[in-house]
Amino acid sequence: MELALLVNLLAAGVRSGTPILFATIGEIFSERAGVLNLGVEGMMLMGAMTAYGVAYGTGNPWLGVLAAMGIGGLLALLHAFVTVTLRADQVVSGLALTFLGTGLSAVLGAPLVEIRSAPRLPNFRIPFLADIPVLGPIFFDHNVVVYIGFLLIPLAWFYIYRTRPGLELRALGEYPAAADTLGINVIRQRYFYVILGGALAGLAGASLSLAITPLWVEGMTAGAGWIAVGLVIFAGWDPVRGAMGAYLFGAIRRLPLDAQNLTFFLKNPTLGYFMNMLPYLFTIIVLVISSREAMRRRAGAPAALGVPYVREERGA
Amino acid sequence: MTAQSRPRTSRIRFERVQEQPRWLMFVSPIILIGAALLVGALLLSLTGANPWFVYQRMAQAAFGDRYGWSDTTIKATPLILAGLGVSIAFRMRLWNIGAEGQLYIGAFCATGVALHLFSPETPAWLMLTAMAIAGFLGGAFWGFIPGVLKAKLNVNEIITTLMLNYVAIFWNNYFIYGPWSERGFGLTPQFPRNAWLPRFTDFGAAVPSFRGLTMHAGIFLALIVALILWVVWRRTKWGFEVSIIGDNPQAARYAGVNLARKIMIVMALSGGLAGLAGMAEVSGVVHRLQERFSPGYGFTAIIVAWLAKLNPLALIVVAYLFAGLLVGGDVIQPAGIAQLLQGVILFVVVGGEMMLRYRIRIERS
Amino acid sequence: MSDSYALEMRQITKRFPGTLANDRVDFTAREGEIHALLGENGAGKSTLMNVLTGLYHPDEGEIYINGRRFRFNSPGDAIAAGVGMVHQHFMLVPNQTVAENVILGLRDVPFRLNGRRIEENVQAISEQYGLPIDPRAKIWQLSVGEQQRVEIIKVLYRGAQILILDEPTAVLTPQETQGFFATLDEMRRQGKTIIFISHKLDEVLSIADRITVLRHGANVATVDAAGMTKPELASLMVGRPVLFHIDKPECKPGEPRLLLDGISALDNKGLTALNRLSLTVRSGEIVGVAGVAGNGQRELAEVICGLRATTGGVIDIGQNNVADAPPIVVINAGVAYVPEDRGAVGTAPNLSVAENMALKAYRKPPIGSGLFMDRRLMREQAAELIKRFDISTPGPLTPVRKLSGGNLQKVILAREISSNPRVIIAAYPTRGLDIGATENVRNILVDERSNGTAILLISEDLDEIFALSDRIAVLYEGEVAGVVPGEQADRDAVGLMMAGETPEAETAPAVTTPHTEAAPS
Repeated sequence: MELALLVNLLAAGVRSGTPILFATIGEIFSERAGVLNLGVEGMMLMGAMTAYGVAYGTGNPWLGVLAAMGIGGLLALLHAFVTVTLRADQVVSGLALTFLGTGLSAVLGAPLVEIRSAPRLPNFRIPFLADIPVLGPIFFDHNVVVYIGFLLIPLAWFYIYRTRPGLELRALGEYPAAADTLGINVIRQRYFYVILGGALAGLAGASLSLAITPLWVEGMTAGAGWIAVGLVIFAGWDPVRGAMGAYLFGAIRRLPLDAQNLTFFLKNPTLGYFMNMLPYLFTIIVLVISSREAMRRRAGAPAALGVPYVREERGA
Repeated sequence: MTAQSRPRTSRIRFERVQEQPRWLMFVSPIILIGAALLVGALLLSLTGANPWFVYQRMAQAAFGDRYGWSDTTIKATPLILAGLGVSIAFRMRLWNIGAEGQLYIGAFCATGVALHLFSPETPAWLMLTAMAIAGFLGGAFWGFIPGVLKAKLNVNEIITTLMLNYVAIFWNNYFIYGPWSERGFGLTPQFPRNAWLPRFTDFGAAVPSFRGLTMHAGIFLALIVALILWVVWRRTKWGFEVSIIGDNPQAARYAGVNLARKIMIVMALSGGLAGLAGMAEVSGVVHRLQERFSPGYGFTAIIVAWLAKLNPLALIVVAYLFAGLLVGGDVIQPAGIAQLLQGVILFVVVGGEMMLRYRIRIERS
Repeated sequence: MSDSYALEMRQITKRFPGTLANDRVDFTAREGEIHALLGENGAGKSTLMNVLTGLYHPDEGEIYINGRRFRFNSPGDAIAAGVGMVHQHFMLVPNQTVAENVILGLRDVPFRLNGRRIEENVQAISEQYGLPIDPRAKIWQLSVGEQQRVEIIKVLYRGAQILILDEPTAVLTPQETQGFFATLDEMRRQGKTIIFISHKLDEVLSIADRITVLRHGANVATVDAAGMTKPELASLMVGRPVLFHIDKPECKPGEPRLLLDGISALDNKGLTALNRLSLTVRSGEIVGVAGVAGNGQRELAEVICGLRATTGGVIDIGQNNVADAPPIVVINAGVAYVPEDRGAVGTAPNLSVAENMALKAYRKPPIGSGLFMDRRLMREQAAELIKRFDISTPGPLTPVRKLSGGNLQKVILAREISSNPRVIIAAYPTRGLDIGATENVRNILVDERSNGTAILLISEDLDEIFALSDRIAVLYEGEVAGVVPGEQADRDAVGLMMAGETPEAETAPAVTTPHTEAAPS
């Protein structure tokens, strides 16, 4: 009985951690390239809204996913232009992006709120693997986006640490001037990774509105995008640690819902409000721990994170 | 890489203009807000609305008559207070994104004083002073937490202040649905009259033109705080230290400024003013604590502070503009237009400001 | 030496907003030649080389390599044409390995990195040119000299025929420099063209085949090194005759003002930077700290000024132990600090000249009183200091980021000296300044010494140390390797100490150990 409950919770954690996972890995790419993008929440919301709308309009959820990634990338392109080319403050631009995404998705998505019938991404029970006790239901009986998440983790890791462009990506955020002198196009590559991050944030939104909580309401991400930004720090800019964090937070976010059935909570319904705080409090605690660790190991953020790259500029 | 065979390519380059003419500094905000409204109009027409009609109705509602001005003042009050709050932190390049939560906690503490700590018979001046202090301290505490974490452990304040917003809102929800709830709805009972900030309409008998104007004394509080901050930035050592830290923390440390202490104080003050905004809102407008009593004042305050370039007097003007946007947004469907326009304005101004510093050159090579 | 040029740059012009950085510069270099490029800061050396490496696009002019014309649109194009540069500030990614840094940016590396193959290749090059290095080490673990080797390997790995070396000896001891010159000789023998940027005239004369001098963005001379003298080169650089001498009145040391006893501290990586260091500076004397960069100089200055925690020892500045006291205590005790990094530490770039001059004085009367400060008085005092220190700025309200390096340094000196300090810590006070500004700053320091101030001078420039110091303390791995009286100091002995070797008694008669030179009490 207790085990079943735990398995249930972990499975739900993997499921609802998936959008956070996409957003986190996207932000890792962007920050590894040296660009902080605080617009994740806004890009996710636009992604979720667009995906839902396009899926409803075309009847094809996959087109919704593509459109969401496109819109995420487009918004990120805006951020890239403002911060990489115009060199405006990355914090402010990212905040503006979140405001914009939140507002625009609410306005454009208003007619979609009533609609509850957009096609969803399919669930897929992996034969045999899903029958393994405990692990089966946790990992192998899910919506397809969850499996896409499983695939993305090793791919992102391999790309960053084991490939030529990954090596360049790591240099980009640490020491862009060095990359530049070696013929790496810093500006173009930063654009690329910021847009990639935006596309993944869009995917995160799509996975939310087409699979995890299949509907559209304004503000439905409820801070998931911000949690992703926090998780990047926790992850030490590593996709595997980021994935672990995302699933952990997925589980914590599910806790108030899944724990409702426990008799203990039926007697104290208001405790739910405190359970709702948990993911946010946890983000803070996790940040405190990882900041301490970073201070000790001196293995913190990419050195050039948040700093615009300027080559051809000199004082008179 | 034989260069001769390479096709002639042209590239667009952005070059920084060295000296910006002084008049541009004053004209640029106007140009940029105009540009932002244009972009907003474009996005609005995407939704099928007639942007001209939308803008007109919004302006009419916000600034059309004295009732409109009263409503706009009501919304400008928390924007000014919270905006001043975040601008203190921004001056030091501390990104306090948590004004919304600080505002909620301030309102919570003020409510506690009004409903549970003080008897309803307490004289109004004492009641209101106690509520203001409680609201300030509550917000200050909520800002102090990320301040300590930043100062002592170098924890990123953007994330912590943001997360504390959610925590504050759930904290409030617990009380308004639980122990302090009126019959299980998401609100508390109404405050006793002694806990209401005086409104203009309360003096309607003496000044007939005040009748029906629900704007309250909070605006004076906001204006006084703005004035004090203006003096602080221009005249005091404390303000000078904040500007050194804001420009170069290393230089401040080198010059003997105690960075950690200043971070904690500034974050607490920053949160305290947002808390005061929360107190003014529950005491002056809603007269109780209820769910979602703030339409995101704490977030809009961030935009307001930034657009005012952290200048306390300019902030009053910008806050009125955005309050008008909120008032106008209330009469327009669908909801969210106000937020959309806020995002567009911030984006266009941030990007556009940099753009004005460049000239575009097309280069052939 | 053939007469066909390996490199020809013709009529290169490069403008920046407000400046003409290169004005129709001609520059040629032959195969198998070491060609020195000389000039003051701002003379246009870096701009010219950045044009050659494709970082900047010239507004006018042409580049030929082996007679073929090239247009570089990016650094990648220049690399492909066989041009490689070792920058003064190393272009190495600190948390990547040597091998990763060497292959970074190469197009012909397979998509999937093969770590072992790359390491073997790097090993092979390092052996071919006698540049020993561990390909698997992370950059941050390497010494400065080793990092320079990585930079050279990086350039050679890309098959560069033309190597540009920007102030390569600045970070080396005299002995390391000799080894480095041997490497240059080897590369010259193998037919490489080497462009050697420097402002050390002795070095240029000893290694270069030809010399080109830039002044105000223009080529003022290209000459054969043989037969040139140091004063001739210097006057070409500056445009007027230069005296290599500073008038310094006799040293009359007074009471000890700064006492360090057994100070230890860690660097930013948590490794030992200062190891039980002891040193005394007396009133009216300049103590020069010589040493190869990274031997604890930065940490020494920061520890004294309260900007870095100690792990042991006592610092006495005329009162109690101030080790680990906050900076404000040290400032109030009369210690002025001219920091190594003018822009990042010494000033707030967007604040005005007046505000930067009052960065410490705002607390006390007459500028500060109670909670408030008198900004008008602050501006008036700034205007006076601008006159007194001959700072060229549009006015006291100009943001300091608009000032040149020399004027920025004068703002810092004006601030620190106007506080009438008892002790001055001056870290690399003339780094990056041109000859005129350098003379100026040095004279200011000597004047302060005559007024009885105790001065600790940290510098990488041995000429400066020898010219100004009354005593020279050599720093090696966080310890004082020896203290030598300024007048009798022997360059070779100091050089050996900088390299961590104990000089023999007859070559360095004046050496005392730090403990026997303890201050008279």
